[in-house]
Amino acid sequence: MTIPCRFIVNGSAVSGSFPPMRRLLDVLRGECGLTATKEGCGEGECGSCAVLLDDTLVNSCLVPIADVNGREVTTLEGLPKDDPLFAAFAATGGTQCGICTPGMIMAARALLNDCLRPDLSQTREALSGNLCRCTGYGGIYAAIRTASGQGE
Amino acid sequence: MYTSMHNDSRFGTTPLKDAPLRKDGMEKVRGTARYVADITYPGMLHAVTARTRLPGGTIASITFDDHVPWSEYVVVTARDIPGINAVKMIETDQPVLVETHYRHAGEPVVLIAHPDPQALADALAAVHIDERPYAKPPVFAIEEALRADTRRIAADNVYRDYLMEKGSVMDAEKESCQVFEAEYHTGAQEHLYIEPQGMMARMEGGILTVEGSLQCPYYVHAALMYATGLPEERVRVLQCATGGAFGGKEEYPSHIACHAALVTMKAGGRPVALIYGRGEDMAVTPKRHPSRSRVRLGASRDGRLRFIDIDFVIDGGAYLTLSPVVLSRGVIHAAGPYRCDNVRVRARAVATNHPPFGAFRGFGAPQSIFALEAALDELARMLEMEPDVLRRRNVLAPGDISPAGQRIEGPLDMQRVIGQALEACDYHAKVEAYRQWNAQKGAIRKGIGLATFYHGAGFTGNGELALRSRAGLRVGADGLVEILTSTTEMGQGMQTTLSGIVAEALRIPYEGVAVARPDTRDVPNSGPTVASRTCMVVGAILARAADDLIARLRADAALPSVYGYGEFRDACARLHAAGGVTTIIADYRHPAGNEWDESVFQGSPYASFAWACYVAEVEVDAVTGETRIVDFTAVQEVGRVVHATVAAGQIEGGVVQGIGYALFEDVRFGADGQMANNRITNYIIPTSADIPPIRVLFLESRHGAGPGGAAGIGELPMDGPAPAIINAINAALGTEIRHVPAMPEHILAAMDRRSA
Repeated sequence: MTIPCRFIVNGSAVSGSFPPMRRLLDVLRGECGLTATKEGCGEGECGSCAVLLDDTLVNSCLVPIADVNGREVTTLEGLPKDDPLFAAFAATGGTQCGICTPGMIMAARALLNDCLRPDLSQTREALSGNLCRCTGYGGIYAAIRTASGQGE
Repeated sequence: MYTSMHNDSRFGTTPLKDAPLRKDGMEKVRGTARYVADITYPGMLHAVTARTRLPGGTIASITFDDHVPWSEYVVVTARDIPGINAVKMIETDQPVLVETHYRHAGEPVVLIAHPDPQALADALAAVHIDERPYAKPPVFAIEEALRADTRRIAADNVYRDYLMEKGSVMDAEKESCQVFEAEYHTGAQEHLYIEPQGMMARMEGGILTVEGSLQCPYYVHAALMYATGLPEERVRVLQCATGGAFGGKEEYPSHIACHAALVTMKAGGRPVALIYGRGEDMAVTPKRHPSRSRVRLGASRDGRLRFIDIDFVIDGGAYLTLSPVVLSRGVIHAAGPYRCDNVRVRARAVATNHPPFGAFRGFGAPQSIFALEAALDELARMLEMEPDVLRRRNVLAPGDISPAGQRIEGPLDMQRVIGQALEACDYHAKVEAYRQWNAQKGAIRKGIGLATFYHGAGFTGNGELALRSRAGLRVGADGLVEILTSTTEMGQGMQTTLSGIVAEALRIPYEGVAVARPDTRDVPNSGPTVASRTCMVVGAILARAADDLIARLRADAALPSVYGYGEFRDACARLHAAGGVTTIIADYRHPAGNEWDESVFQGSPYASFAWACYVAEVEVDAVTGETRIVDFTAVQEVGRVVHATVAAGQIEGGVVQGIGYALFEDVRFGADGQMANNRITNYIIPTSADIPPIRVLFLESRHGAGPGGAAGIGELPMDGPAPAIINAINAALGTEIRHVPAMPEHILAAMDRRSA
């Protein structure tokens, strides 16, 4: 069974017929060809597939495409090219192997959208749904400080 | 010396050196780096693996249900293997696909592929492997494996039995000394790289081409030749962007590569993606070896170590894989960086019916160092001596001979390393303050603990000699210098570090150096990307290649003796125009005087060590057993920091993995011997909410064998956190916790034992 779905991805309209339980993650990576969004666990634990759904951070592996109908999705590819998080993550040690980085940047973007100058405890909490096995998180905190104009 | 304090709540205290941007940074933050799961080819197949379920046995038959349209599928079994049915590693005891006999649950038996990944689950369920158990029950525990009456998995169930001996423990015991004796255990640890393993294989112009997530392209290349029977020139291996590895993508990628290759060969060369889901990855791929150490320490009343006597055993699992070399590193690090005339370390790797354990950052050293460092704190308590004083009294200094018989060369100064660590965290004041605090007997107890240790860089013993690594440089007409190496980037910053080394050696800007993609058709064999060897060993080879390149440009392209970047580029253009040789390959050179006798474990096991003192501060809830690490200090003497951000990232990331090893990461095995909690939901690694401020300080005495005096640092930070944390918990509670991970229930049980 498939159902018709229409939604916006990074500002462009997408429409098609999908099995209702098909994961948003698969539609993004497959039909939309947006491979910045990664699959790390497939069960909502690692945050590598994090995207914004109407400005709310979600794990796209847990979102059935039926729930996306009529809504707006932003992936890493849809962030403004000059989002300060990009340069900050690259410069401060916020990325190592890079597989968690797109999801981590989306979580950081969601945080900064809510809070212009987060302190460390806000940052820790906002990132606690995104696992990084390389950095020990320190470089990621530094990136968020830098991108929010608080120095490294 | 400088400090990195990214993690510190005091914002703005990060005096990192001016470090150039990491080479792979932009593609990773933009999400354009191509990992294996991001690659698609027209007409590609997706493959899955049917596996054994019993912990060892024989396969009587394999049947395929009729309701599946099998003609649409590609099905591969052991009979389809054109070469030898073994995964080439140290030995060849492990089959690529099981034909009859097998040793553990989760061994691959049948591969199934289909263009539609949705069509695989039903087909997999329609494959029936009729398994027959062996008569004797499976063996999962080290002591069971060593008993004579249990199931034999390998000869005597002992893969290797090593002895490192110096002086005479027996004679030392006859002198009057205080003896402390205890047994320590460490659990398995899952790498949990965030990108699961995967490979893509295809035939391209008669050449088997395999690309994927891997650390060691030439290991995969050798395994493919062995299993397919194809000659060297018809096998090509490329690395994709690799989403973390930590040792976990050292040996297992060879298995997946062989599987994907067999499918593509049977499918007429069609591209085949074999990508593991998280659950499969965690259930079947290797983990850190569990260990058991019996430690006996003899010391004079004033705390001088008279003897160190250790019986160290690791669980190798069902096949040999890399256990011999994990074991040898464990042996050499077991007696720590201490002065002691009488040392005996007996070490064995045993066979069990667990899936094989394998390489994981630290490679045997975290296990043996944990046991020694935890025992030293208990010895200090017995001697009524402060743990830092006991260590300062025994730690190696230049001129001393290490337990393995290596003469320690200056200018490194371990006393200074310890001093910096204690000062940075205000150790002595905290010891006193926490004693007073704990005397109140409130619900929260506080403790501070330390560990001192070193970690050898490069392959153990004569390993680097045997590898005979090669790496090179290729210069373009535009002056761009490309590094040619099979060393892989897996997040550790190899592209950045090696580019910095080459730029420095060539005296050109960092931006003028790039790293060629690891591709066995294009890059020489620089050995595997393991063992903290990249900066020190491969970096040194590349620095020599750079010298050769300058000599070539001077001789053949009139490069002036003093040159700017413009003149360098002009010379490169002239070299190209003249049709000169534009690729330089250099070979490994063994440091003079570094001899090693593997038969007695004496000599110089490593060209250099990184030295460290780590301090952990904890708060333990005496009611719930929950431990919170409130502060962590990591001071290391690394010879030289080549790239500040990369080096700090290695230490911080390693410390956090070590925190997980100490407190959270509990691999539970099911009755079949496989990891039962094989999900991120129930195998817990540290999140950003779990970690303390981590203070990272480097000392740079330039003592290392690498460029500019650098030693290797990749594995070092894995060694110290577990003992420092356990020592802090034991200090807080007065307990005798002797294993990791120390989960709340273990801590409560240890408190009960203390009360009893």
